Amino acid sequence: MSIISLQNIEKHYGDYHALKDVSCEIAEGEFFSLLGPSGCGKTTLLRVIAGFEDVSSGTVLLGGQNMAGVPANKRPTNMVFQSYAIFPHLSVAQNVGFGLRKAKLQPAQMADAINEALEMVGLAGFGERAAHALSGGQRQRVALARALILKPKVLLLDEPLSALDKKMREQMQTELRRLQRQVGITFILVTHDQEEALIMSDRIAVMFEGEIAQVAPPQDLYRRPLTRRVGEFIGVMNFLNARQIDVSDGTVAFDIEGLGEAKVGPDQLPEGARAYLPVVGLRPEAFTIVYEDPKLRSQRIVEGEVLDLSYYGDMTYYEVKLDGASAPVTISMKNLTTRPVLERGTRTLVSWDEGSLVVFAA
Amino acid sequence: MTTDARRGLALISPTVVYVLLLLAAPLAAVVTFSFWTQDFLTIDRTLTLNNYREAFTDPIYRTLMLRSLTISGVVTVVTVVLAFPIAYFVSFQVHPSRKALWIFLITIPFWTSYLLRVFLWKVILGFNGVLNSGLLSLGLIDEPITFILYNANAVVITLAHAFAPFTILPIYVALEKIDRSLIEASQDLGESKVTTFFRVTLPLAMPGVIAATLIVFIPTIGDYVTPRLVGGPNGLMIANMIQTQFLKLNNAPMGATLAVLAMCAVTAISLVFVFFNRRYLR
Repeated sequence: MSIISLQNIEKHYGDYHALKDVSCEIAEGEFFSLLGPSGCGKTTLLRVIAGFEDVSSGTVLLGGQNMAGVPANKRPTNMVFQSYAIFPHLSVAQNVGFGLRKAKLQPAQMADAINEALEMVGLAGFGERAAHALSGGQRQRVALARALILKPKVLLLDEPLSALDKKMREQMQTELRRLQRQVGITFILVTHDQEEALIMSDRIAVMFEGEIAQVAPPQDLYRRPLTRRVGEFIGVMNFLNARQIDVSDGTVAFDIEGLGEAKVGPDQLPEGARAYLPVVGLRPEAFTIVYEDPKLRSQRIVEGEVLDLSYYGDMTYYEVKLDGASAPVTISMKNLTTRPVLERGTRTLVSWDEGSLVVFAA
Repeated sequence: MTTDARRGLALISPTVVYVLLLLAAPLAAVVTFSFWTQDFLTIDRTLTLNNYREAFTDPIYRTLMLRSLTISGVVTVVTVVLAFPIAYFVSFQVHPSRKALWIFLITIPFWTSYLLRVFLWKVILGFNGVLNSGLLSLGLIDEPITFILYNANAVVITLAHAFAPFTILPIYVALEKIDRSLIEASQDLGESKVTTFFRVTLPLAMPGVIAATLIVFIPTIGDYVTPRLVGGPNGLMIANMIQTQFLKLNNAPMGATLAVLAMCAVTAISLVFVFFNRRYLR
C-alpha cells in the first residue's frame, strides 16, 4: 500500500516552473530517494510533502488523506533539515523533546522517551549538552532523534549528509539504513549524490528540471536507465554511436562504432519505445582488458590503445580508444596480481559483453 | 615587555589617554566631590557622608530618583514593545531587496536635531497644539486636554519617539540572525505559528531585546532636556535636580552625590540585564 501518493503535482514560482506534472507512489516502509542535480526540484517536492510549499495544482495523499490545506504542523511527517536546524537556545534533550509538548507526557515519561531516542541515534548521555557544543555528525543525530521521537509516518531527509566529511558520511549512510530498518518508517531522502542514493535506497526517483525521469530500484536504474541523461547521471556510462540496421521479432540489430554489429533482445530494450536513439551505452565494467590468450575467450573482442589511466588502488580506470571509434571509452578493471597495470600508449585487446548494452528510447 | 605587548600598548594609548583625561578623571572628581560639602562660598574638603545621608532622607531627592526610574522604565517598555513588531515586520515580511530601504526610512527622524523634535512635540501636544485643535474641530472633545503636556506623560511620549530607532535596530539585527529553518523546524515538530513565536523566535531575539532595553534605559534616566522642556513641574527628573544643584544652587558636592547615586542605580539595573543576556546568549 502506498503511504504517499503524488498526483500530477505542478508548482510555479512566478514564471519559474519548478515541478512539472510529478506523479509518484511511495510504499509504506520504503527507503525512497529523490535524486537529481541542484535545481531539479527535488527539495521543492520534499517541501511540498512536508507542507512548507503549496502546490499550484495536483494532489498529495498522505496515508490516503488529501493534504490540501493541511499545514506542516498538522502533517504526519517530520523533517531532518539540511542545516539540521538545531535550536541553539535549547539543550540536546530539550531539542529532542521539542515536539513532545503536545503529547502531554509526565516529566518522567518525557525523559524516558528522550533518552530512548538519544540511545537509538547513539547519543546516550548527551542530553544535558548545549546544542552549540556538538559536532556536525552529532547535530545530525540530534535532528534525527528529534524527528523520530514523534514516530512520524514519513521521515523526510533534505540532503542530510552533504555537510559531513567523507568518512562520517559513509558511516551515516549505513547507520541511516540500519535505523530505517529498525523503526520501519518510510524515509524519503533528497540527495544530489548518485552513489549515496544507490547505496541507501529501495527505490530512486531521478529528477531533471522539475520532472521525474525514472523511478526504479538502484540495480534497475544502473543497468537499465531509460534515458541517456539518466545513464549519464548514474555512475559512468560510455556512449557509442550506433546505427540501427535491422529489426526482427522484437530484436534490434545495431552497427556500433568500434565494436561492430550486435543484436539487442526484447528484454534489453526500453519498454514501450517505438524508436531508438542512434547511440548505445556500455558501463565501464562491461569491457574487459584481455590479458590471457584471446582464443580462450568466447566473448567478442576488439582492439584499442590505452590513452590514459587512473589508478585507484583496488581498481584502475582506463581511457581506451577502440579502433574505428570516434571517442575513447572508459574501462574499469579490478587490480589483481595477475593483471599488470597497463601503461599509456599500450595496444590491447578488449572484450565486451553484449548483454550489457543499453539502448535508449528516442 | 615583548614587542607584541609594546605594539599593542602603542595602538591603544591614544584611546587610553583620552579615556583617562575625559572619563576617568572627571568621574574621580565627581566621586571625590560627592564626599565633600559646600560651605556657603567655599568647599569644605573634609570627607563626609552627609550628602548621601541627605540624599537618602530628603523626600525630594527620593521622589525625583524614583520618578526618573519609573519614567525610564515606562519609556523603555513602551519603546521596546512598540519597536518589536516593526523590527519583526521588516525582518520577516519585507522582501530582502527592500529591507535596507525600510531601515533607512526608520532612521529619518534622526536627521532632525533632538532639540527640534522635542519642540515639535510641544507643538503637537500643547494646549492649542495640533492634537487638541484636531480633536476639538472633530468634536471629539469639548475643551483642550491637558494631561498630555507639562507632565510625566509628555516626557514618556517624547522620549519613546526619540529612542524608537535605537530599539528597532538591535531587535531587527537579532531577528535577522535567526536561521529561518529553525522556524520551519518548529512548525514541522507540531507547533503553530503563534507557539513557534514564543518557543523559538522570541527566545532567539532576546539578546536584541535586552540590548534595546539597555540602549533606552541608560540614557533616558539621565536625560534632562526633555523633562525640562515638556515635563512641567511634575515631570522633572533627577538630572534636572543635578543640573540645578551644580548651576543654580551652587552646591556641586550635592549634585555630585546625586550623579553618583544615579550612576549606581543605572549600573545595578544594567547588571541585572547583562546577567539575563548571558543566560540567553549561552
